[in-house]
Amino acid sequence: MARPATRAPARASLPVYRGPFGRPHAERLLWRAGFGPRPGEAEALAKLGLDGAVRALLHPGREKLVGPRPRDAEGHPIAPKDAWGHDGLWWLDRMVRTSRPLVERMTLVWHDWFATSNDSINSSALMLRQNGLFRRHALGSFRELLLGITQDPAMLLWLSGANSEKGSPNENYARELMELFTLGAYRGYDEQDVREQARALTGFAADWEEGKGWVRFRYEASRHDKGVKTVFGKRGRYDWRDACELCLRNPYHPSFVVGKLWSAFVATEPDAATRAALERRYRRGGYRIAPVLDGILRHPDLHEGPRLVKPPLVYVAGMLRRLGRGIDTDAWAWISSLCGQMPFYPPNVAGWDDARWLDTSRFRGRWIAANEAIRPLALDPGEVAKQDPPTDPEVLVRRALDFWRQPLVTDATRGELVAFARRAMGDATEDWQPSYFAPLTENALRMLIAVSPDFQTS
Amino acid sequence: MARRCCDEHDRAALLRRVVSATAGKGLPAIERGMPLPAGTGLDRRAFLARSAGLMLAVYGASHLRLPALEEGIASAAAAATPTDPVLVTVFLDGGIDALSVLAPVGDPLYRKLRPTLALPADGGTPFAEDGRLRWHPAAAPLASLHAEGKLSVAPALGYTHPDQSHFTSRHFYEVGATSQELLTGWLGRMLDLTGADDNPLQGLSLDDTLQPSLAAARVPVAAVASPDDYGLWAANVWDDVETRMLDAIAPIGAASVGRGDAALEQVGRPAVQVDGIRRALLPFVPPGEDRPGWTSPVAYPTDDDPFPKRLSGLAAMLGAGLPLRCVALTAPGGYDTHDGQPRALREGLDLTARSLLAFQRDLEARGLADRVLVLVWSEFGRRAEQNDSEGTDHGAAGIGFVLGARARGTMIGEWPGLAAGSGLDDDGNTVPTADFRGLYAALLEQWLGVDAAAVLPDAARFARPEVVR
Repeated sequence: MARPATRAPARASLPVYRGPFGRPHAERLLWRAGFGPRPGEAEALAKLGLDGAVRALLHPGREKLVGPRPRDAEGHPIAPKDAWGHDGLWWLDRMVRTSRPLVERMTLVWHDWFATSNDSINSSALMLRQNGLFRRHALGSFRELLLGITQDPAMLLWLSGANSEKGSPNENYARELMELFTLGAYRGYDEQDVREQARALTGFAADWEEGKGWVRFRYEASRHDKGVKTVFGKRGRYDWRDACELCLRNPYHPSFVVGKLWSAFVATEPDAATRAALERRYRRGGYRIAPVLDGILRHPDLHEGPRLVKPPLVYVAGMLRRLGRGIDTDAWAWISSLCGQMPFYPPNVAGWDDARWLDTSRFRGRWIAANEAIRPLALDPGEVAKQDPPTDPEVLVRRALDFWRQPLVTDATRGELVAFARRAMGDATEDWQPSYFAPLTENALRMLIAVSPDFQTS
Repeated sequence: MARRCCDEHDRAALLRRVVSATAGKGLPAIERGMPLPAGTGLDRRAFLARSAGLMLAVYGASHLRLPALEEGIASAAAAATPTDPVLVTVFLDGGIDALSVLAPVGDPLYRKLRPTLALPADGGTPFAEDGRLRWHPAAAPLASLHAEGKLSVAPALGYTHPDQSHFTSRHFYEVGATSQELLTGWLGRMLDLTGADDNPLQGLSLDDTLQPSLAAARVPVAAVASPDDYGLWAANVWDDVETRMLDAIAPIGAASVGRGDAALEQVGRPAVQVDGIRRALLPFVPPGEDRPGWTSPVAYPTDDDPFPKRLSGLAAMLGAGLPLRCVALTAPGGYDTHDGQPRALREGLDLTARSLLAFQRDLEARGLADRVLVLVWSEFGRRAEQNDSEGTDHGAAGIGFVLGARARGTMIGEWPGLAAGSGLDDDGNTVPTADFRGLYAALLEQWLGVDAAAVLPDAARFARPEVVR
């Protein structure tokens, strides 16, 4: 692999999308940089123009939570630190009600990036504490975030940091620090660096107390290996801060951050000039994330390029935002798991496989999610039938699209929706049947729209 | 269906309706609470197998043109009494410690390298093929199968220039090559070569998500969390409208396939397949709250982990004649034991081994044992020297198994010992004595009857062990 240039080509520039910025563009931006629009939001954002819209996302001001407070199925307040799955409900509620969608979306990106699973931590309190760290640094400095996560209690448990001392360092965190968090597999480091960084990272400790779990997370100088280490060819008496700084200064680091961030927002690979310009922004900005995001969110590839599959949590939160429904059931805990993205339970330290969100099992998960989102609003066929409802298939399709606030669907999909409605209404031959089949068909159309490829992508 | 629809008049649609109506005659018998089919001369399983096979063909093929449709029906009818070999893979996630599964208690270096983790010299069954090794007590069911000659052990399975990243090494095993670029799985490519265009069950992940080894470029494959739980229900949609709705999922998905947008296609492809799978799995839906969707001739371990239930469902699906060829599962437990290794390893291995034994007994009771081989694998083994956290760090060569009545039952490679230079590499990790690509090639050629050279890059480079009797 070629060693990256430490200086970008002098004239590398960052293209900016200059085409029309109407509702469809604002809507895509809200899906990519947040959890989709609430009714009216895309239109309002479109009025700001692209630059204004991106500025608003990057500088959202104080957070306002809009909509009903989260409840469980019995109507009780949720208990994020104590009840199973409620930590995820707490976060999903934040995604649904926040006025700072990009902050929340980046919190999810960092969770996926520094993927820690409560499966082995068994402490929602520690997971929520880590979640707070991600949110605090969501649009801030990667350096601060890295120093924060390296001493974060949940991470110290997850990758054995609290269980690593001089004489016998544990390689777990050292390896993933470089492979998954800052550099990429064997980019700018080798197995010897893993071992030496593990030595540098020794010194953290925690105590197990029966009934309380892990407590007293701390740094103990006596557990730290004070000897000389050789990392990336440099020698020094490195400690955990140095281990982080060495990674940040490794020439492979900027391209790793830029590539990984880019792929969270754009379906195609960036061209070389774009890559170089974003890396330069990152380096000159002193590891700040916002300037890189600004470049990505205004880039033509995001606005003109192919679609991206919505991650399951974005899909679910987006449906609730569209329908104005808050968290009012614990079902979202297991439903998010069926969809393949249960918050606080990523499959492993590499996070979710964002390139492969769907297969026949996960598709069924999304079907169940859509049904749960719609269920309380489903038309009652007996009631509707009494009101002489419209029975024209085209009208039924239009009404179902109105239910979802006119999501953008291709003509091909719309054609299949109409064909379904025709067949379904064609079965209604008895005099009493059409007005009864109409609400059944409309309910079915809402489902078919929600699981259509158009609706599951942005 | 109460009535013929007037706007569906092309021949393909007509044929499809006729066939689905015919097949549908079998359907009521497999819906909840319906009586067993009387007077058919068939027992319940056989009856379901036929209707399931037929339904699968009809619905899996519904987006194809007429000739393909007819062919699909014919091939599924043939598949109702299949004799094709089936390969099941079971993944031990995290890199299981080979030196605990088969512990070299007879090697004096073992205790030096593993001062607190070494297994006792007198615990566990001795390994008959190498006097230095003993089975972990939790692996007793595997020891029994080995004693019966139904388990081949690869005690040092790996590859040269080992990669110690979970993700990279696992990727190598999934794609069947030490290549970062390959994106299709080794079994996916096998199915691309020899599989059907209309049968997603030929490559089945019994898992929450598709296993990468089954990722195919051309043919459909499926992921199903559990065979008894694949319903698609929608609130306040019923009667004929519900049938129409389920029928519409596939064409809506198909409308987004082939338009040159990868994201639309990622959603569209499973959409095309889901209803076919739902119908194929109808026989396994529990007929009532208190009754399982199938009965097993043997007892499986009871556990919160879905693994034993998935295996028992798999045996039932094979018994019902569903056209499965490659099936991938993930074993219970997490084997990335950087700390607290003894307990984590024991618990995971215990449930895995007992479940696999039950599965083997189930297949034997059903008369299917000659049709199924199980490959058990992990992304790597662990460092010979333990760390200070009662655990072990990432290593190189690890342990693998081939299980089944037709397994040869003799070692694949050998155990290389713990001596630096001969048994351990410069990093203190076990050196491989068998290459996973050679094992894959052997399974492809000796078991599945497929030319390995067409599936695995550089297949000629790797020696094939004898794995099938």
